[in-house]
Amino acid sequence: MTKIDKPPRPATGQDAPASEVELYADRVRVYPRAVHGIARNVKWAVLILCLVVYYVTPWIRWDRGQGRPDQAVLLDIAHERFYFFNVTFWPEDIYYLTGALILGAVSLFLVTSLAGRVWCGYSCPQTVWTDLFMWVERLVEGDRNARMRRDRGPNSFDKLWRKVAKHGIWVAVAFWTGGAWIMYYVDAPTVTVQFWTGQASTEVYFFTGLFTVLTYLLAGWAREQVCTYMCPWPRFQASMLDEQSFIVTYEKWRGEPRGHGKRDENSKLGDCIDCKACVHVCPTGIDIRDGVQLSCINCGLCVDACNEVMTRTGRPKWLIQWDTLARQDAKAQGRHEAIHLLRPRTLIYVTALVLATAVMGTALAMRSHIGLSVQHDRAPLFVKVRDGSLRNAYAVKLSNKTPVPASFALALDGLPGAVMALSDETDRRQETLVLDVPIHSIGTFRVLVYGQPRTLADGSQRLGFTLRNMATGETTQVTSVFMGPATR
Amino acid sequence: MANNDAPGGEHDPVTGRTTTGHEWDGLKELNTPLPKWWFWTFVATVVWGAGYALLYPSVPWFNTHFPGLLGFSQRDVVQADIRELQARRGEVMERLKTVPLAEVRQDDALYAVAMAAGRIAYAENCQSCHGAGGAGRPGYPALAGDAWIWGGGLEAIMTTVTYGIRSAHPETRVSMMPRFGVDAMLQPAEIDQVTDFVMTLYNPAAPAGDVSKGQALYADNCASCHGDRGQGNRELGAPTLRSGVHLYGDTRAAVRAQVANPRQGVMPNWNARLDEATIRAVTLYVHGLGGGE
Repeated sequence: MTKIDKPPRPATGQDAPASEVELYADRVRVYPRAVHGIARNVKWAVLILCLVVYYVTPWIRWDRGQGRPDQAVLLDIAHERFYFFNVTFWPEDIYYLTGALILGAVSLFLVTSLAGRVWCGYSCPQTVWTDLFMWVERLVEGDRNARMRRDRGPNSFDKLWRKVAKHGIWVAVAFWTGGAWIMYYVDAPTVTVQFWTGQASTEVYFFTGLFTVLTYLLAGWAREQVCTYMCPWPRFQASMLDEQSFIVTYEKWRGEPRGHGKRDENSKLGDCIDCKACVHVCPTGIDIRDGVQLSCINCGLCVDACNEVMTRTGRPKWLIQWDTLARQDAKAQGRHEAIHLLRPRTLIYVTALVLATAVMGTALAMRSHIGLSVQHDRAPLFVKVRDGSLRNAYAVKLSNKTPVPASFALALDGLPGAVMALSDETDRRQETLVLDVPIHSIGTFRVLVYGQPRTLADGSQRLGFTLRNMATGETTQVTSVFMGPATR
Repeated sequence: MANNDAPGGEHDPVTGRTTTGHEWDGLKELNTPLPKWWFWTFVATVVWGAGYALLYPSVPWFNTHFPGLLGFSQRDVVQADIRELQARRGEVMERLKTVPLAEVRQDDALYAVAMAAGRIAYAENCQSCHGAGGAGRPGYPALAGDAWIWGGGLEAIMTTVTYGIRSAHPETRVSMMPRFGVDAMLQPAEIDQVTDFVMTLYNPAAPAGDVSKGQALYADNCASCHGDRGQGNRELGAPTLRSGVHLYGDTRAAVRAQVANPRQGVMPNWNARLDEATIRAVTLYVHGLGGGE
């Protein structure tokens, strides 16, 4: 199935060697070794920060008043609200999500063009959780060599309990991850109690289970396969990187030719002693000495590993280090090359970032807290009532996006002498209706408008509705129509 | 990592990678092996698909299809949903029969069901004459307006819906406008005069002239039912003549025709076709169209 026969070659006069090619590759298991150094420390710091933010955020409380969720960050799908600290987003605010995604994308472009795939190496959830799982693995099963030896060795009680313990802890961490995920959608303390008393909804159990399984599979088993085969980002990162990007590089000019031998005046060997420390610590199992490649997530653990070895062997550190390709070329030729942070590419990204931030910030600051929608009844278009006036009905929806209950004044514009009434109290016809809407809600009203026949034009005419929040004074207007017979 | 150095293949001299052996005009395709687990995942999806096709309705065949081993049918699911809905609705509709009409409005759940049922029953039974949303049309009263011949309260509307107007039911509402012209109760000239007077009742812009003869004729022939000032009488089903709303039109010709040879509309007694709960639902719906009293 996974092999194909080589098609017969056109006759060229020589016998082609019969060969079979593997179209599917076995997974080469990666056993990363523990390493210490600056990159590792930064990676720990970012990991702890990301995990703390992820697990703690749902527990932050934020008072929004009576009857409103007091969770600081809550995506309340059932009630169609997204609460983010002091801001409440409504479904129609979805374009803020677009804006946030644009900001995220441009930031990623900028960071990548400056410093390569640091997102991948440090803060991508796949990296963070894989790192966490590897740490657990190391605690239970020991470091690279111990793990490899045990995996190759015969089955034993020692092997069994370590495997069971590792997977047990993995599942526990994965469950904690899945459980925290669901807390972004429902009230965290409530759902925690409900979960353990069997009262949570099917969705809660399902999604907790789903994210538990996925976390366990992706961080425990799939690991670098996600980055190499599933993730689209490595495929187009090449268009963000250039020779001025600050990435993890191998100083080929001083490392090669690599070798184990003694280094003296006659030796032609470079600084690389070919100890493969850089390969052994790599979480994706690659050799950085092959240069920039798709599978490199730019985490810099090989930098730490190589520095340890260089220090031990008394050679200059930073044989593998963060640098630009242009500077490496220059160093190889004995020239000095400056770091160019400002390049057309980065300037364009910065401009786009500033623009997007400005637009987003302005939009958020100027966000309206009032909404009015008026729908003219289609059946009947109009009704003649006893006193001879014409009546049109409208479905009026008011949005109160303020954090307090609000009274709104609804007024008419463009129809002299017109009065209106709520459909439940047709005997109270007024020029201005006062309508109450609870906090962060939509009020729906059926409003009847009575037009005096002598002031009406034939057929259809413009009718404006003006809505004013009586507390804040914020105003909005919509235009609808008032219908009557074409000839009267 | 992708196993580019798999043995057995031919190596491309430039990249050092193996080729698939495919060759087109001297160009060879480099081999980029997919992971095997990916391949097996693909196989698993195929197995899943085959199993799904076997268990659930799948292969179509002209006028039928393979029903699947589980015998699942989306139609059965819908039928079960409908049965459940009817069972649930049954309870509420039972309650609708006992709760006094005026108190239904206070019970949000009951009112919502009543309005939904009323809207559908109205669309199926009433709309063909009274128009969508109670718009009305000449000869068929507008139910969204506030001009009621027999009354616009909940009980009055329910009586009208239940027994009809000039229907076959013994308790039907009946009003009989005499045929003043056809039966020669008034002379044509007198009909003109009374028409001119009636027009002054509702139309301030009607041509001002001497309507005293018409007024006298009105007092003798019409006032007993329509009231001395044309205010109408709901007990008798005599429409008000002062209103801006006229069932058969407000032009002079229309009013004159209604005096000389009146049209007498008929509304069926709906208790013959609708159960009591549905009649109550329709009543609430009509009352809520905008003119209920």
